[in-house]
Amino acid sequence: MDLRRSMLFIPGNNPGMLQNGGVFGADSVILDLEDAVAPMEKDAARFLVAQALRTVDYGASETVVRINPLDTFAAVDIKAIVPCCPDAILVPKVESAADIHQVAAMIAAAEKPDQAPVKIIALLETPCGIVEAYHIAKADPRVVALALGAEDYTAGLGAMRTKEGTEIFTARTIVINAAAAANVQSIDTPYTDANDEEGLLTDTQLAKRLGFKGKLSINPRQIDVIHTVFNPSLNDIDWAQQVIQAIRKAEAEGSGVASLNGKMVDLPIVNRAERILHLAELLGLMGGEK
Amino acid sequence: MASIAKTAQAGTLESSDVMITVAPGNQGSGIVIELESIVLAQYGEDIKFILEKTVKDQGVTDIYIKAVDRGALDCTIYARTLAALSRAGAVLKEEIA
Repeated sequence: MDLRRSMLFIPGNNPGMLQNGGVFGADSVILDLEDAVAPMEKDAARFLVAQALRTVDYGASETVVRINPLDTFAAVDIKAIVPCCPDAILVPKVESAADIHQVAAMIAAAEKPDQAPVKIIALLETPCGIVEAYHIAKADPRVVALALGAEDYTAGLGAMRTKEGTEIFTARTIVINAAAAANVQSIDTPYTDANDEEGLLTDTQLAKRLGFKGKLSINPRQIDVIHTVFNPSLNDIDWAQQVIQAIRKAEAEGSGVASLNGKMVDLPIVNRAERILHLAELLGLMGGEK
Repeated sequence: MASIAKTAQAGTLESSDVMITVAPGNQGSGIVIELESIVLAQYGEDIKFILEKTVKDQGVTDIYIKAVDRGALDCTIYARTLAALSRAGAVLKEEIA
């Protein structure tokens, strides 16, 4: 399981931010060639991001590049960026499985023979993209996650974007369900007010409750809050350990069903407990660490 | 290609960046570099080396380069030089369009 609790956008034409992108501890850094780059600077950003991928140490952060949409510079971006070995490409404004087929073919053509396969994260930010979410997620084995881009999506709906996010509730649940059905991750839209930490906390807690596995981020200051929400709490870990102990005891006694504090423990509960413990182990939260 | 087709520029004057201006040189003029840098005393020669090597590697031998450096890393100097060359009409050997 790849950790993508936080995915931090970094403007692709800003050398200062590109060279420091690895110090913030985001699970993924997204070197952005799309919205963060002025149209006249796309070529310069492409050179800069390519060199950053080759030389900057992003530490444990996954390196993702957001390319331009398929109807603009996607082909040029992929040809330039893929040989520089990013972990993944974030494809904006994906609207159909055919879009993913096209991107996957371009990636395959650009990959060097000895490099690890470049993954695809599909950014769904149009009403069509939301309708096609499941087919997009299943379109190619390279697809590892669906991400929601709510700003463009609500513009497409003609809806007002609010802090409460009622206007994107349907899109959120569709993306989460489609991703789960296709066995890929779901990543929530960024919280765009970088100065509103309380709003970010509330929004991220909602995202986690709904089932998202991570959140896009537009400012390094957001990362700690996002991680705090997506990390399993000590109570979660304690509960999960008790569940596993209870089910093991029941199995030893020849039963597939156990009881913990008067509540039934069956397979879905065990699966949830195992996911929490696996995440806690990945994050070094087991055994009183951190 | 010994020189470039036209004058072009890439980069900014922001911290950690470098603004590169390239202009065609007369045949046989060689690579002429004018460098301003906040770290000229410490890294001036290194920056000139990167500029010269980058254009030579692209087969450009007659060119005027002005670089205004704000503390850019080597990879930034390289990327901005490639961008300026590309904008000046050089067909790059590097597989980056």
